[in-house]
Amino acid sequence: MTSQTQTAEAGTPPPPQAGDAAQGLNIVARSQGQLIRRRFFRHRGALVGMVLFFLVVLLAVSSIGWGPIPGWWDKDATTTGTVTNGGDPTLSVVPGFLGGGGVHLGEHPFGQDNTGRDYFALTMRGTQTSLLIAIIVGLVSTLVGTVVGAVAGYFRGRTESVLMRITDVVIAVPTLLLAGLIGVIVAGHGILLFALFLGLCLWTQIARLVRGEVLSLREKEFVEAARSVGTPARRIIFKHILPNTMGIIIVSATLAIASAVLTESALSFLSLGVQPPDTSLGRLITDYRTALSVRPWLFYWPGLFIVAIALSVNFIGDGLRDAFDPRQTRVRD
Amino acid sequence: MTSLTPPANTPTAPDVPTDASIIEAEEEVHAGRTLADSQPPSDEEILVVEDLTVEFPTDDGLVKAVRGVDYTLHAREVLGIVGESGSGKSVSSMAVMGLLPKNARVRGSIRYRGRDLLKLRPKEQRALRGRNIAMIFQDPMTSLNPVRSVGDQLSEAVLAHHLVPRKQAMARAKEMLDLVGIPQAERRLRAYPHEFSGGMRQRVMIAMAIINDPDVIIADEPTTALDVTVQAQILEKLLEVKDAVNAAIVLITHDLGVIAGMAHRTLVMYAGKPVEVGETDQVFYTPRMPYTAGLLGSIPSLEGERDGRLRPIAGTPPSLINLPSGCPFSPRCPLATDVCREREPELAEKGDDHLAACHHSDRLAEAEDATAFFRVPEEER
Repeated sequence: MTSQTQTAEAGTPPPPQAGDAAQGLNIVARSQGQLIRRRFFRHRGALVGMVLFFLVVLLAVSSIGWGPIPGWWDKDATTTGTVTNGGDPTLSVVPGFLGGGGVHLGEHPFGQDNTGRDYFALTMRGTQTSLLIAIIVGLVSTLVGTVVGAVAGYFRGRTESVLMRITDVVIAVPTLLLAGLIGVIVAGHGILLFALFLGLCLWTQIARLVRGEVLSLREKEFVEAARSVGTPARRIIFKHILPNTMGIIIVSATLAIASAVLTESALSFLSLGVQPPDTSLGRLITDYRTALSVRPWLFYWPGLFIVAIALSVNFIGDGLRDAFDPRQTRVRD
Repeated sequence: MTSLTPPANTPTAPDVPTDASIIEAEEEVHAGRTLADSQPPSDEEILVVEDLTVEFPTDDGLVKAVRGVDYTLHAREVLGIVGESGSGKSVSSMAVMGLLPKNARVRGSIRYRGRDLLKLRPKEQRALRGRNIAMIFQDPMTSLNPVRSVGDQLSEAVLAHHLVPRKQAMARAKEMLDLVGIPQAERRLRAYPHEFSGGMRQRVMIAMAIINDPDVIIADEPTTALDVTVQAQILEKLLEVKDAVNAAIVLITHDLGVIAGMAHRTLVMYAGKPVEVGETDQVFYTPRMPYTAGLLGSIPSLEGERDGRLRPIAGTPPSLINLPSGCPFSPRCPLATDVCREREPELAEKGDDHLAACHHSDRLAEAEDATAFFRVPEEER
């Protein structure tokens, strides 16, 4: 028996004598959290995604500052000035010995727009707004979706019918149309309200996922056991069932953030999202779309950031999904 | 007579673990208490089930899972309910707990200390559940939530009924773990179910059932998922906690061996109905219903012919949708006559406080060995 336990421990050869048995039994089990972390950090894509996302956030927040916190970039997004050198980006990443202009930021790394505003500061402002909206949307949609899904799945019957029919209706209406309508209604009331309402149209996916999971969990014996000791329904849902669905909730929250970035950009591009004087990545693209032929950088800098955020968050979500899946024993390369 | 000592030519295996813990566990079993040591039942009627019927509408027809169960549970009594799968033993106890699925149709009455549980509002029922009537489930592997610590789940049972600080609930949880014999209770409170063995988890389930001092514990096949040594420990623990909290136990099982040492009275169920009720000894030594006799006869015995075969009851339990007319056991009964196939026998007095539902109880009474009716005929061997 003892030697079996020991060979189960990876790589440890079976001990020559029984005297070593005590040594082999000193196996410390990894906790669930440790296992998840381990699987996540072994997922290369997720790791790259996380580093990229972290860098984007760091750049956006530190460069122009956040609220009262000052940033290291000396120009702001609103001051107009003279357009130097046609507004060309001065950022150079090719070192001199390779025939480039050397590694430096220059006066206007991302160039200037036609009124001479610093486009780096503008892009950073847009990134901040887009990220803020995406995170609020992620939180709101996850919260609403989880509660709707859990309540529908646990109580079944009429409650479920009503909630899931509402979900169907929300799904049936094209998201862009619904969100656009909301954009028009809350236009001019600031980005926070806009983000809140956008979150209220994007919860349906999560609600369906959570409901499905809860439908199977509610039949589990530990739920019956909890009911048999008189645990109220509210506690069963929030203390017994939802902790078991944490994996899929976290994963879909991440993916909701990624899709929120894209939805916000699309809406802003259609002028239904963020309204001036606020700006966002989508808003920047729409504002400068006519300059595409003359100053293409005004178009591709925000585009690059949209892609970077959406991709990195998607990779993180992908890594989390694999990490939370306990059947995943081997980490893919 | 078969000797219990192993044949002499069996080589003594050199690699048999002579682990001290196994010997210790063995000793614990023998040192444990029996039913005779535990407090005797009183006359006070705690739970009275009368004419309980449970039906489930399905696409194939109405499933009559329970067709009129009556029993009375006295304070501190252990009532054993035996029967094979589908005999309605679990469904009737789920009805007592109020944990049946919504589509179940329940009739009759279940009175706990005079209050009819079937007439209570869901909220009142919940307040009773766990506090006055608790349940121990069959499979300790799946009855604990894998993502929450044992202490969390135990203290939750307290918090569901009492407005006390969490700390106090935890202290109570620790006390209970001590009571059910889990070492290092303080540390174990923080452990998760997967860190416990099956027997330990069932101890935790017992702790959870008794944490609110219930009057009635319904144990639904509490030892089915455990191996035999652990089974004995758990059963003893059950008797011990019964005295600790002064509860009565309804012990549901399909294992007659479990009932024999554990129950004051035994109720045998077949096809959703009790077919024999009486003192455990009466039921075991003088069965008055062929089904009980058949069950007893199907237990492998250490005595008797050496190569004697097991004597199963031929056939299968009837479908609960289309019950045969007359006695539902008649198609499998070696004693069945025309009257059995026409009229279902009522549960009737067959001796001192001993009820059975059979037209031919007297034939069993006359027989020297009641189980002999189920002997497999020689030519079929």
